[in-house]
Amino acid sequence: MPLIKCENLCLGYDGRTVAKDLSFEIERGDYVCILGDNGTGKSTLVKVLTGLAKPLSGMIHTDFPLSEAGYLPQQTDFQKDFPATVWEIVLSGCLGRKGFFGFYNSEDKKTARENMEKLGISELSSRSYKDLSGGQKQRVLLARALCAAREVIILDEPASGLDGKSSEEMYEIIDSLNKDEKMTVIMVSHDEEKSLKYADKVLHLGKTQFFGTHEQYEIFMKEEKQRS
Amino acid sequence: MESLMNYFSYPFVRYAFAVGILVAFCASLLGVVLVLKRFSFLGDGLSHFAFGIIALAAVFNLSNNLLLVLPCTVVCAVILLVSGQKAKIKGDAAVAAVSMSALAIGYLLLNIFKTSSNVSGDVCSTLFGSHAILTLKMSDVIICAILCTVAVAVFVIFYNRIFSVTFDENFAGATGVNVKAGNLIIAVITAVIIVLAMNLAGSLLVSALIVFPALSAMRVCKSFKGVTVVSAVISVVGTALGLVLSILFSTPVGATVAAVYILIFVFFLLAGALVKS
Repeated sequence: MPLIKCENLCLGYDGRTVAKDLSFEIERGDYVCILGDNGTGKSTLVKVLTGLAKPLSGMIHTDFPLSEAGYLPQQTDFQKDFPATVWEIVLSGCLGRKGFFGFYNSEDKKTARENMEKLGISELSSRSYKDLSGGQKQRVLLARALCAAREVIILDEPASGLDGKSSEEMYEIIDSLNKDEKMTVIMVSHDEEKSLKYADKVLHLGKTQFFGTHEQYEIFMKEEKQRS
Repeated sequence: MESLMNYFSYPFVRYAFAVGILVAFCASLLGVVLVLKRFSFLGDGLSHFAFGIIALAAVFNLSNNLLLVLPCTVVCAVILLVSGQKAKIKGDAAVAAVSMSALAIGYLLLNIFKTSSNVSGDVCSTLFGSHAILTLKMSDVIICAILCTVAVAVFVIFYNRIFSVTFDENFAGATGVNVKAGNLIIAVITAVIIVLAMNLAGSLLVSALIVFPALSAMRVCKSFKGVTVVSAVISVVGTALGLVLSILFSTPVGATVAAVYILIFVFFLLAGALVKS
């Protein structure tokens, strides 16, 4: 049983279709990166995989409750000066498992503490989110995603807006989550070179779609170049 | 001091304090969410809309206009906030269009169907809330207390969800929080509090009750909880002080409370700058 199975997905928004006939299977432990130019439906696919949007047509089957995918969305503008402590934000990742009231118990707090430790942000706990550097902010949001995640994390441009060193660190962290914590990673990225360095499967969106292993992708790209 | 004690022997003064502080307290909690969600002007738009409906109620000689104003404003808030993302005219422009239409048509109606000899006096008191807060009856106080209690209860029960949705709608939605329902609840509470708070500050100044406590608290607080608690305290202290001053110096209630809020904001602005440097 694959973790995620998509058959003939058709994606779009506002009545516009951005991707058609998308079929792929993601197994447990995979590290998949989603590549493609702007407007090819990368973000829409992420929205569908996290349950935020519905596909126009096609089937999507997940072997886990959608609310248990750890999601790292792109940062929005107004978050930059949001008055919240690191602790408040990380803890809010546990909300998906809560019932009607959404009050946290000691187990949630333990989960939050562990994930902060994992990402090396324990000392930042009482700092305000708006005072952090870009790389630290991204770690906070990743820790929050890990609180929600049981086995899958879905990352939308995790290194966007980061400088070279922080972005390198971010990719290292994600890689260790995949290798050491056995997390399935699904990542949208602009940085083809960096993401290919770590990912073992590639989903390429665009005029010609591709899904396969890293090695197959390199052959596919060579053929594409010869064709054009 | 003695004269103040004297004033408190009148029930209408006690009612004014009870309703004023309750409503300002609710408005400040809501303000934290609205300011952070970049919806500050929603309160302004809704209060102008409510002005239009009050004018309509006056034309039809309705004795208890709350029954008309409250549901209409709730519907307006729901339409503005929930359809916000999909509508052709978006966010701030939609709010501006609705509020200006309501103001203009309301004032026109009042002038065409003159219901009292002093239209401009009536309009002024609805816009600036000069004495509405001092003419409350016991029944008004009870209605207000019930609605405010419900609003605060919702805020406390859903506090963690409200935080999550305010900070990051996308993440909240992905973890299974019902973002649409959350926005709906926020819209309904906003409308209710605005209509109640118009008694205190009138339709033009009611936004002051919403934005200033949150803005002041945001200057100095690092956490969401801190901002929430500090704005609640600011609202209670500021409103009580404003009411006392307006009684002692017989100044208009709404403008006095708003002025106190502004002073508090300036104080926090300076405090915030000092802390940083």
